Amino acid sequence: MRDHPLVQLTLTRMREFYREPEAIFWVFGFPIVLAFALGIAFRNRGPGELRVAVLRGSDDSAVAATLGHAPGLSSVVLDSTQARLQLRTGRVALLVVPGETVVYRFDSTRTESRLARLEADEALQRARGRVDPAPVTEERVTEPGSRYIDFLIPGLLGMNLMGSGLWGVGFSVVQARTKKLLKRFMATPMRRSHYLLAFILSRLVFLFVEVAALVGFGWVMFHVGVRGSVAAVGAITVLGALSFAGLGMLVASRARTIEAVSGLMNLVMLPMWILSGTFFSYARFPDAMQPFVKALPLTALNDALRAVMIDGSSLAQLGTSLGIVAAWGLVSFGVALRIFRWR
Amino acid sequence: MAVAGLDLTVETRECFGLLGPNGAGKTTTIEILEGLTAPDAGDVEVLGMRWTRGAGEARALRERLGIQLQDTQLADKLTVEETVRLFRSFYRSAHSVDEVLALVELEEKRTSWVGKLSGGQKQRLAVACALVSRPDLLFLDEPTTGLDPQSRRQLWDVIGRFRAAGGTVLLTTHYMEEAERLCDRVAIMDHGKTIASGTPRSLIASLGAEHVVEFALADGSGRAGAPGPEELAALPGVRAVRPAVDRIALTVEEVHRAVPALLALLERRGAELSLLATHHATLEDVFVSLTGRQLRDA
Repeated sequence: MRDHPLVQLTLTRMREFYREPEAIFWVFGFPIVLAFALGIAFRNRGPGELRVAVLRGSDDSAVAATLGHAPGLSSVVLDSTQARLQLRTGRVALLVVPGETVVYRFDSTRTESRLARLEADEALQRARGRVDPAPVTEERVTEPGSRYIDFLIPGLLGMNLMGSGLWGVGFSVVQARTKKLLKRFMATPMRRSHYLLAFILSRLVFLFVEVAALVGFGWVMFHVGVRGSVAAVGAITVLGALSFAGLGMLVASRARTIEAVSGLMNLVMLPMWILSGTFFSYARFPDAMQPFVKALPLTALNDALRAVMIDGSSLAQLGTSLGIVAAWGLVSFGVALRIFRWR
Repeated sequence: MAVAGLDLTVETRECFGLLGPNGAGKTTTIEILEGLTAPDAGDVEVLGMRWTRGAGEARALRERLGIQLQDTQLADKLTVEETVRLFRSFYRSAHSVDEVLALVELEEKRTSWVGKLSGGQKQRLAVACALVSRPDLLFLDEPTTGLDPQSRRQLWDVIGRFRAAGGTVLLTTHYMEEAERLCDRVAIMDHGKTIASGTPRSLIASLGAEHVVEFALADGSGRAGAPGPEELAALPGVRAVRPAVDRIALTVEEVHRAVPALLALLERRGAELSLLATHHATLEDVFVSLTGRQLRDA
C-alpha cells in the first residue's frame, strides 16, 4: 500500500509543500491575516458614540452635561482654536455654541455630523421643555450574517481555494518540467494518470486544513457561523478545489518556465480577484458585465459558499453555481490532458 | 537534425560508450534509445523490444531499463531515502532502499535533503534512481561531467559493480579517459555521425603508433627556421604530423628514436623549444586525428 506509486507521488507532493515555509504562509497564514485585518477594520460599530464639542463660554458645562447624557453622544468642552481643529479633522462631529440662540457648526456632507446634529438638537430642545406629541417605543434587531465579516469569510475561502489550486498545481508542474524531473518520470513506467491524480489527492488533504483554519478562525474571532449544513460547505469546497486544480493543470500544461506560468496564473486570477465578489458585492458592476462576471468560476463558488454559510441554502438550490464550477474544472482538466507537455 | 544515419549494436553485458564533443548528438542518440525522443526514421530495438509497438510493450521495456538523464534536478526538499522510495514505487520488481543505497554508497546520507548533497552525491543518487529497478540495461548520459576526480572514481566504482553483477551499460561521455577505463567498445561521434567505432585499444592502434610527442617553439626563436610538416614526417619513427594552434603533435612508434632526431633537427635550425611532452596515445588523439580538432574545444 505504502509503496503504491499513487501513495508515493501524493506523499511527495505533500512533502514538497509543507517543507516550503513560504507556501505554508501564503496558503494558511495569509487568508487569516487578511480576514483579521479586514474584520477589524470593517467591524460593525454602528454609528457608535458621536463626539460633540461645546465651545467654552457661559453656560458651557450645563450644555455639555445635557449632551453627555443623551444616548449615543459624548461631549467635551473646548476653546475655539481646539474646537475648530477637531471639527476640521473629524475628531468631533459637531460644534455646539451655547447662547440664547444655539449655533450648530458642522459639515453637512458628513453622515455622522448630521446624525450628531439631530441627536444634539433633540436633547437640547427637550432640556428646554419641548414635549413630544406622539408616544414612541423602539425595538432593536441585529440580523446575524449581515456584517461585513460574514460576507468576507466565504469570499476569502473561495479566493483561497482558487489561489492554492492554481499555485499548488501549476507551480509544481512547471517546476518539475523546468528541472527535467517530468522527463525523468517519463523514463520510468510511471502512469501519467497517477502523476496528475497525486496533485488532486494532495490538494484534498490540504483542503481540510485550509478550510478548517479559515472557518475556525472566523468562528472563534468573529462568530461567523455556518447557517446551512457543514457537509454542504465541505462538498462545495471539495468541488471548488478540484475545479481550480483542473484550471491550474491547464495553466501549467504548456509553460516551460516559472516566469511564464506566473504570468499566466496572474492573468487568470486577477480578473476574478476583482470581479468575483470576494471583497465587495459584484452587483456593483454594470448590468452589461453581469453575465460575464457570473460565468467566472470564483463568482459561482463564492455565491454557493455564501448561500450555504449566510442564507443556509441546501445544495439542491445551488445547481447553477455548482454546475458552473464543475464545468470549469472538467473542461480545463480535459483540455490540459490533451495539450499537456510531458517533458 | 542532431543525428543522421547512425548504426550501432550494443551486446549484452558489455559497456558501450558514445564519445564526442558537446553537440555531437550523443544525448539525442541515447534519448532515442530510451524512448524519450521519437526518431524521424530508422529502427530501434532495445532488449528485443520496440518503442513503437504499443503502450504495453513500451511499459514492459521501461520496467527493464535504468535511466539517468543529463540534466535532471531531483527535488531538493526530499530526502535521499524518500527520493529512492518514490522511484522504486514505479517498478514492479525493484531493489529495496537499503540495497540500492548500498550500491551507490549513500547509506550515510539516507535522511539528508537532496538539496544538501554534493555534486558527486547527487549524481550517485541519480544513478541510484536508475539502478533501483534492477535494470538489465543502464543508460548513463554524461554521468561524471562536472564532477571532481574523486567523485568520478566513486561513480566508476558504482558502474563497475553493476557490470560485475551482469548488467549492460550504454554511456555517453566527452572524457576519453573515462571511456578507455570503463568501456569495452566505443563509438566516436561528431556532428551527428559515428566517425569511428571499436574497442578503445583497436581505435588507438588505428593511429598506427602508440605514442604522441608534442612540442612547441619559443617565440622569437626564428619561426623562419621552424621545420615544415614534410620534414617532421620524414623523421625516424614518425607516423603522422598534426599541427595544432599552439603546438605540433607527432604520432610516433618509438619515442627513443623520434625524440633525439627531432631535437637534432631543431638544433640545426637554431629553434628553441618552449614545450616538449610525450604520452601514450589515447582516444583523444584518435578524435583529433579524425577531426583535426581537440575534443574539449570542438
